[in-house]
Amino acid sequence: MTLRRKIPYILLAPGMILLILFLVLPLVSIIFPTFFDGGFTLANYISFFMDEYNFGIFWRTLKISLIATLFCVLLGVPTAYYIAQSPKKWRSLLMSITLFPLLTNSVVRSFAWITILGQSGIINTTFLNLGLISKPLTLLYTEFSIMIGSVYLFLPLMVITLVGIFENIDTSIMEAAETLGANRLLAFMKVILPLSVPGIIVGSILVFTGSMTAYTTPQLLGGNRNIMLATFLYQNATALGNWKGASVIALIMIVATLIVMKLFDWVAKRLDKRGEANA
Amino acid sequence: MRKNVGLNIIAAIVFAFLLIPLFIIVITSFGTNSTIQFPIKGFTFEWYSKVFSNASFMDSFVLSLEVAFIGTLLAVLVGVPAAYSLARHGVFGRNWVKSFFLSPTIVPGLVVGYALYQFIVIQFQFPIIQGLLLGHFLICLPYVIRVVGSTIEQLDFSIEEVSWTLGCTKLQAFIKIVLPNITSGIFAAFMLAFINSFNNIPVSQFLSGPGVTMLPTNLMNYIEYNYDPSVSALSVILMLGTIVLMFIIEKTLGLASIS
Repeated sequence: MTLRRKIPYILLAPGMILLILFLVLPLVSIIFPTFFDGGFTLANYISFFMDEYNFGIFWRTLKISLIATLFCVLLGVPTAYYIAQSPKKWRSLLMSITLFPLLTNSVVRSFAWITILGQSGIINTTFLNLGLISKPLTLLYTEFSIMIGSVYLFLPLMVITLVGIFENIDTSIMEAAETLGANRLLAFMKVILPLSVPGIIVGSILVFTGSMTAYTTPQLLGGNRNIMLATFLYQNATALGNWKGASVIALIMIVATLIVMKLFDWVAKRLDKRGEANA
Repeated sequence: MRKNVGLNIIAAIVFAFLLIPLFIIVITSFGTNSTIQFPIKGFTFEWYSKVFSNASFMDSFVLSLEVAFIGTLLAVLVGVPAAYSLARHGVFGRNWVKSFFLSPTIVPGLVVGYALYQFIVIQFQFPIIQGLLLGHFLICLPYVIRVVGSTIEQLDFSIEEVSWTLGCTKLQAFIKIVLPNITSGIFAAFMLAFINSFNNIPVSQFLSGPGVTMLPTNLMNYIEYNYDPSVSALSVILMLGTIVLMFIIEKTLGLASIS
């Protein structure tokens, strides 16, 4: 190979080497031992899923991620559409309002919900003062608090992803639909929504995989009883000293992420109404 | 825009949902009571001075800035040539290589930190700080590849070819022609990577030790045992930091460049 042909590879080399040394090798080094116990074995993974407690954590993680994704779609789609439709001077303000939480530390964002949902939090004090309840409700350290925290964490991401999509949809097709007799809601459901499916899928992948692997929110809002995969990994590695168990969870998280991405992509391909040219 | 009541109501609820919790933090940071309460009684700046006089917070703040800066800088130095190569040259297995460079986003942050801790800190006895820097480099790299890559792809290749014809070497052409044209992309990538590295918790969770604790991790540990308004005060300071960065980005590149 001449030098000229080598240049592109020389430019890629530092990144490749660093990624192999400090991402691939470390991952292989923790995951490899989980498959060997004298000889090749899947026992670690089979026993993980056979164990009711472990499976419960896996199931809770999927459930909370799915519900959080659903709420992010339900709230994110109308909000993003609202932003995309608003006049330009308002749009940048609304985008800033959406971006601000996204760029704020997730500890701060989870902590906000501790002050709202806690035993002596805002909801409980208000309700007690109003005489609506006689003793504080248990809102914090529940699956509910993790869900609300996850929606709070990822909703801005969904909105930002979708605004760009809605802005690129030609508004005249909406007018055309209305001229042809559809009311606004029907036109939105039949015309705009199908066109925005790819964006909704991208946003959903981000929210779903994000909630599934999130550490901060379940750690701060979940308490000891509502452990999710990430907090379980941390607990295994630190408190329980079970390194192999932690590595098993690590691979499960990676594989689950990849499966979710593939699954959503597959759904997107089936739902994409834009035709082959744009797909 | 024509009126649509249902849409307006949902949007109003969402914006309230996004802002009110943060607004409450701001208010609780001024309360005089030693635990957080809302509405507050009295008004004080005491919690802010408590934050600034807390050596542990200040040390971890400086560490977080340093790690985020070095991690981002390393990602830019490594990522810009890689992004250029991927956009310009017929690299064998281009899409595969690009996915490989973006792969740190697929691996959960906690797993990245855990693997680095096991491999380089435990097995190879690297100091924790080096693991921390590498971990943050890994989360910054995809931002650089993505943002700088798309900037280079939008750049007209022919101006670079012209400079070659006029006698520039490839390196000269890159420095004199390509680089000045992609500075805004590099700056956007830098800001985005820096903010995300500074805010990141999962990657740093395993990679902390005596004297080596990042600010978000430190704050998180503090919250687990304390419920006083200094947490709110520190949160407000972090939010002010976010506002300053957003302002800088808006004035230089426009916020659209990072969203």
